[in-house]
Amino acid sequence: MPIGDAHGDQPAPKHRVVITGMGWVTPLGQGLDEAWDKLLSAKSAVGPVTRFDASTCSTNFAAEVKDFDLRDRLGDRAAAHADAGISTQFALAATRDAWDMAGMDDNPPDLARVGIYLGAGEGVLDYEPYMAANISGYDPDSRSLDNTAWAQIAYSGMRPEREVEQEPQLTSTHIAYEFGTMGPTLNCMTACAASTQAIGEAFEIIRRGDADAMIAGGCHSMIHPLGMTGFMRLTAMSTRRDDPQHASRPFDKSREGFVMGEGAGVLILESLESAQRRGANILCEVVGFGSTADAYRITDIHPDGKGGAGAMSAALEQAGIDPHATDDAGRPLVHYISAHGTGTQENDKTESAGVKSVFGELATQVPFSSIKSMMGHLIQAAGAVELMTCIQAIQTGVIPPTGNLHEVDPVCGLDHVPLEPRDENHRGGVDVCLSNSFGFGGQNDTICVRKYTGA
Amino acid sequence: MRAHSVITGLGPVSSLGLGADTFWDMLNEGTTAIAPIESFDPSGFRVQIAGQVQGANIREYVPKSYRKATKVMARDTELAVIAAKLAADDAGLKTRGSEEGDEGHPIVPARVGCQIGAGLIAAETEELARAVATAKDDEGVFSMKKWGTEGEGESGMNNLPPLWLLKYLPNMLACHVTIIHGLEGPSNTIMGAEASALLSIGESARVIERGSADICFTGGAESRINPLGLVRWDYAGRLVHAQADTNPSEICKPFDPGSTNGLLGEAGGMLVIERESHANERGATPYARITGFGAAQTPRPYIPAAKDIRGHDETERGLSASISLALKESGRAPEDVDAVFTLGIGNPVLDAMELGAIRESLSDDHGDTPPIVSIAHKCGNTMAAHAGLLSAAAALCLKHAHIPQSSIVYGQARSDRTPRVVVVCSSSLGGQAGALVLESCA
Repeated sequence: MPIGDAHGDQPAPKHRVVITGMGWVTPLGQGLDEAWDKLLSAKSAVGPVTRFDASTCSTNFAAEVKDFDLRDRLGDRAAAHADAGISTQFALAATRDAWDMAGMDDNPPDLARVGIYLGAGEGVLDYEPYMAANISGYDPDSRSLDNTAWAQIAYSGMRPEREVEQEPQLTSTHIAYEFGTMGPTLNCMTACAASTQAIGEAFEIIRRGDADAMIAGGCHSMIHPLGMTGFMRLTAMSTRRDDPQHASRPFDKSREGFVMGEGAGVLILESLESAQRRGANILCEVVGFGSTADAYRITDIHPDGKGGAGAMSAALEQAGIDPHATDDAGRPLVHYISAHGTGTQENDKTESAGVKSVFGELATQVPFSSIKSMMGHLIQAAGAVELMTCIQAIQTGVIPPTGNLHEVDPVCGLDHVPLEPRDENHRGGVDVCLSNSFGFGGQNDTICVRKYTGA
Repeated sequence: MRAHSVITGLGPVSSLGLGADTFWDMLNEGTTAIAPIESFDPSGFRVQIAGQVQGANIREYVPKSYRKATKVMARDTELAVIAAKLAADDAGLKTRGSEEGDEGHPIVPARVGCQIGAGLIAAETEELARAVATAKDDEGVFSMKKWGTEGEGESGMNNLPPLWLLKYLPNMLACHVTIIHGLEGPSNTIMGAEASALLSIGESARVIERGSADICFTGGAESRINPLGLVRWDYAGRLVHAQADTNPSEICKPFDPGSTNGLLGEAGGMLVIERESHANERGATPYARITGFGAAQTPRPYIPAAKDIRGHDETERGLSASISLALKESGRAPEDVDAVFTLGIGNPVLDAMELGAIRESLSDDHGDTPPIVSIAHKCGNTMAAHAGLLSAAAALCLKHAHIPQSSIVYGQARSDRTPRVVVVCSSSLGGQAGALVLESCA
């Protein structure tokens, strides 16, 4: 359905939306260039789990963020966020970098018109006191829970200041406190689609005039015992214990699950007028957002990939881009798709089917890669970090590869970028990208970004 | 002009009963439905009373083919699914979730969105504890080594069902509802504690306004009436410590400085909203029109447990800004507002901040504010569901052109007026806030 005046009673879109800043904290590094360079050289961030003893777990490896210290970004102000979970701290650091890149302090906007939309995950579980309550509260003889015993241990062990930080919206609270923003502030948890959804919804908030600028993105860490447990029980993660660096193999014939990552990606979106008024450097324009539900099954993706296809189609339609058209040189109008590409059998197959159904015959000419091959799956933060790689591709004309992709699964037959990055500068660089994120349970989101030319 | 949404279906599920008719009756009777906790033995907990949903058998609210899937639903999801079914029926919609032979307007799946506010879902304590108890070391402490088992064997994590995680992902509320009813349009799961449903309804109205859907299932659902949820919410400083025999109306009094603190509740607060022209075309009778939405953040909210964020603002600036923004969009002035439906949980500090925000945004030339309607002292603070219940209450008041006197908890300045324009608002643990302006369709 066309956006705009489809029903005669809707206003034309008011504001163009651009991106003026971005920052990330990833398993491959924290500076924009540092992690980008490693992505281009297909470095793997995967190694043994160090946060807890995972030695007997069927998946004993993950892509962890190393050498992180919030004081590097916030100095003494980091102390105000000491009790916040690690994922909130990742988000604060990423926001600091994005805020600085956008020059928000030098030439600030009206903070009442700056909002936040994050796909922040739940705070990292303070699992030791919780497990202690579960152990002590359970009576093995009667095979039942003694609630009174549980309560006693819980009250004495669990810490209020840590439990309250489990609330996912508190990440936004910390950011608002740190940066003084007072505009619309929301947090969504649509599983692996969350930060793409957050950025898409933030785009809509600016587009309709409810804010001038939005801090948008996501953060998450599930590298803790119960987080990993949940995915191990679902048998969704790779168990390549003898070769973890090659465990994340999206679209490869031998793929057998995703690899857990963690981190944050935060972007500054603002109206074109706001960016121009502030004299900010514009990284790209956001031109389309699509959100759909599979409405199929809790445990499976629709085999046709129609939910993902619907999200891609809606984003392209809003951007006014025909997926079946080419430019004068015969090149498709979309120059790169950052895949959700988790490395599970089902996702990669259905996502590929979705791309084929949207692009038809051109599907095999649109470069397609998944950086989860190198930095793992950042769960709710994945979409934001992946959109940032699209923006890096637009800025540099280079597309990051899919690591560990040695033998493309024929059911995933698309224009893959295996092992080596692809330099597109010989044919005019990279102008238009799609970034896909699909959540467990069937919530799907796609964002379309385009090079900003001043036109 | 903008494409307005209207509310055409209500599905309130709370301790005040199931469905709009019962809910309205209970509001008129002034019923308080706080009782000793029944779902687990609360005698070791500081909070032993709550507003519990009674008589809600999930199997009666899903198609026969979906009954098996109810086993992987947490309580929060059950409440969302029941509330969504009641709202769909109330709106006169025929969906994949309708029984054969049901009357109703058949929906177009791709044109129906679903935005359901949710909270963190606590794992069932007994199920987890039973599994964890198999991974004790010699000193009785949880052992990760024993928990792992390299994927083999009967001990450790293998005692958890394979789909364990899927029961507790907060987006499962929306996922089950979209699957049951076949809703393929835009879908979201907004998590902002007590503001979740408010922000979801506002965002749904925006989805319709921008042309991405004709109808949205929207609102929120949550239950923290379980050991972990209760302890966490108590730690957040929002619950009154009460033995099972405590009289709740003596300790929880909204906007009364003598009140102690808030009560615990659980609910599903779902609505069906749709583009006004769509409702007219299919001949639906709307309860109310949504004419304004605003959202904002209080920079320094009141969070007693978060000792790292020191000090707090005197009023909820996010709430007052939200109300002002929503009013501005609706083209209404503060004196036009006939009532304001708000949280009012009975925590003296929070209530005072909330009252400050209402005074700041809704005082007329005489310094009077509209009467304040609150239900949290009757059914508990139902968190992510709460603004869904408040919106249902507001919609019913507009439809019946009457505000039950017993629901007015503060201010009588305009209480003799027939309600035509009301504000529904909510702010959260964390400072997120939102407000809606609802107007009579009569």
